[in-house]
Amino acid sequence: MAVIEMRNITKRFGSVVANNCINFSLERGEIHALLGENGAGKTTLMRILYGLYHADQGEILVDDRPVHIASPREAIALGIGMVSQHFTLVPPLSVAENVVLGYIKGLRFDPTAAHRQVAEAASRYSIEIDPTMLVRHLSVGERQRVEILKALYRNARVLILDEPTSVLTPQEANALFESLERLRKAGLSVIFISHKLNEVMAICDRITVLRQGRVIGTAAKDSITPAELARMMVSQSSQETLRREQSPRGEVCLALKGVSALDKKGLPALKNINLEVRSGEILGIAGVSGNGQTELAEVLFGTLKPSSGQIILDGKDLQGADPDQFLNAGIGRIPEDRHQAILGELTVAENMVLERLDEFTQHGLLDYQQVRAYSERLIAEYQIKALPTDRMRTLSGGNIQKVILARVLSRQPRVIVASQPTRGLDVGATEYVRSKLLEQRERGVAVLLISEDLDEVLALSDRIAVMYEGQIVGTLRTEEATLEQLGMMMAGSWKPSEEDAG
Amino acid sequence: MRRLRIERTPAPLWVRPLIPVLAALITFTLTAVLIVLAKANPLEAYFYFLIAPLSSRVSAIEVLVKSTPLLLTGAAVTFAFSAGYWNIGAEGQLYAGAIAAAWMGTLLEGFPQPLGVLLMLLSGFIAGVLWALPPALLKVKLAVDEVVTTLLLNSVILFIVSYLLNGPWRDPVSGWPQSPEIAASAMLPKLLPRARLHLGFVIGVLVIGVLWFVLSRTTFGLKMRATGLGMQAARFAGVKVDRTLLLSALISGGIAGLAGVSEVAGIHFHLIDAISPGYGYTGIIIAMLGGLNPLGVGVAALFIGLLSTGGQSVSRALGVPAYLGDVVQAVLLLVTLGAFILQNYRIRWLKASEAG
Repeated sequence: MAVIEMRNITKRFGSVVANNCINFSLERGEIHALLGENGAGKTTLMRILYGLYHADQGEILVDDRPVHIASPREAIALGIGMVSQHFTLVPPLSVAENVVLGYIKGLRFDPTAAHRQVAEAASRYSIEIDPTMLVRHLSVGERQRVEILKALYRNARVLILDEPTSVLTPQEANALFESLERLRKAGLSVIFISHKLNEVMAICDRITVLRQGRVIGTAAKDSITPAELARMMVSQSSQETLRREQSPRGEVCLALKGVSALDKKGLPALKNINLEVRSGEILGIAGVSGNGQTELAEVLFGTLKPSSGQIILDGKDLQGADPDQFLNAGIGRIPEDRHQAILGELTVAENMVLERLDEFTQHGLLDYQQVRAYSERLIAEYQIKALPTDRMRTLSGGNIQKVILARVLSRQPRVIVASQPTRGLDVGATEYVRSKLLEQRERGVAVLLISEDLDEVLALSDRIAVMYEGQIVGTLRTEEATLEQLGMMMAGSWKPSEEDAG
Repeated sequence: MRRLRIERTPAPLWVRPLIPVLAALITFTLTAVLIVLAKANPLEAYFYFLIAPLSSRVSAIEVLVKSTPLLLTGAAVTFAFSAGYWNIGAEGQLYAGAIAAAWMGTLLEGFPQPLGVLLMLLSGFIAGVLWALPPALLKVKLAVDEVVTTLLLNSVILFIVSYLLNGPWRDPVSGWPQSPEIAASAMLPKLLPRARLHLGFVIGVLVIGVLWFVLSRTTFGLKMRATGLGMQAARFAGVKVDRTLLLSALISGGIAGLAGVSEVAGIHFHLIDAISPGYGYTGIIIAMLGGLNPLGVGVAALFIGLLSTGGQSVSRALGVPAYLGDVVQAVLLLVTLGAFILQNYRIRWLKASEAG
């Protein structure tokens, strides 16, 4: 019997149809995966179920009764709980306080009673957590457990998990899968949003694949193969290596020697990083998010000063340099957060010339006619859907990324540092960005590709370096790398001493 | 039946100039209550506020005289705010310029007037820059909040003025706390016979023009706007954010210093304690009312000049407190800032098919 049934759900954002006549049902005691690429409409559908969005059309049935879910509070009352990618916990409060927050009756709060109740709930669902611990002392995996406990404490019978493993190490992910297994046995239903095939195959009973806002199909796990699922997920059937023939590797363009840096909290984020990127190769940096990739990119953008070590570009030491010196030395920079690079309130044309203002300046005046002509040329060349005078913030993510690409590539950089260059982009824009990076590799540019998407790293890189806890644990040639080996390195179970720095 | 829907998309361009007008109407409706409480007829009061000052040549010119320092302080604040430097110290920088002008003015006996005026403006500008320097350096080097430092320095310079006027500069004959009169060659020339309007007004208009030019035509202007709109992204793109902030802060201080020169050399001819009834603070109101757009700032300065002239005439004619003018200004600022949110929305008629 279906606990949840969603019928003909349609949701539009402006002209974009995020969900198009979606039918979805969830049985009691099943783990049901919503599989799809970024932007396929998974999260939108679940936000409708959780009362955060309202469907333009369609109906929702809970226990075969039509319901109207206007807010998360109403969803919770119906027994639906959601754990989103960004946790909503109060770090200075204890686990128990976080769990009961918002569900305290009256004016008085009894901490001992709260601890007892939460401990009972935790043991009922066999979730290992100490209710007296302060949330700020917990690891990411433990925080996620608190979020799940919070939903269960509110009597959730249906648990929605939005890409729960994206922030976890493989070990933490395994622990999560074990608790989900126990919850399923206890009769709970779980909706598991993911774009990772292997997890979905590992723990789900049924799988619904979404693509571009539509349901492509629903299948029981045993009746389908990963290859079939992958084909349903991506419209293009080839997810093979995109690189062409090995091009002869040139000399070293970019070298990091013993680079260490602190993060915003003053904790060591990079520990003695040694890397070399040669002309005409793509060096991929793989790793679970939060292992120093952000700081590595910032050090190479010039926005974070290393505490020690050297960054050498074409033999020139860039120690202590400002972003403009990195630019002028020939580094093209694509940041993980697009809004780090662009200014939404400025026009497309102004954003395009921001990194090379001197070339458009005469006697202190900016030649706006030339700026406009130049931006029109880039807009045509990079097929950007915008006018030079449009405010940057009115552009879609894909078009913003194209503006950044145009800005970077038009300078003919010697080195490109691209951090999560396709995150959040649709399939078409992703393909476009990847083809541009490969084109630069053919041109003899040294490309450092930092990505949490292992498929992307495997498809594009000549060599792969894996980061774990601020260190490079090893560097492999892509054709020699196996998923098992990369997985172990990413999980930190590979000793740096065993590395062969290729 | 047709229905309306409010969408979060930028309002059409023609709506933007209407927003201040709408804000003015709302303001007048709200303040009408106070006018009634002061036992006056609101419509009559608004006549004296808005129409009467413009109905005679003398008072219309007086509106321009009142607007002169406001054009300058409005431009000064706009300059700093555009770069994201929250200079609340235009008042103090104005006083720094006024001190410099009062001092320089006594040294220029026998100079040709064009040279004298130039030296006056220069000294006021430099004094404003110097007074703006410490908070700007603290901001750039040590990340000390400039809102606090620029604001507090306003009180400091008032004490310096007080010391000068009661100490070394006290008028030896009358004993009044006012500095010696400046030389004739240091005075800003009058623009019209038998009226107080002086060269300062032209300088104010010119500065607004320069402000527009710098912000929208120069590379430095783009760097300023980039810094103001998103410091991180500007730094990422290679803009020297610290340098841009520092320069914007100093030039802002210099422009505010010019307002001090304008009052000393155009109106009073010596330094007095109350040379500014808060022109520096009103500059903030004007910059915000004008939406940091130089043209809008110019219009706002003239409008506030009209309101303060009108505030005096309304109190003379109807016997209501002169502070009513200040209240109207303050309410207008609050309503306008609130109303600017409207430009992020648009109202759309739903077609029958969408109305569901």
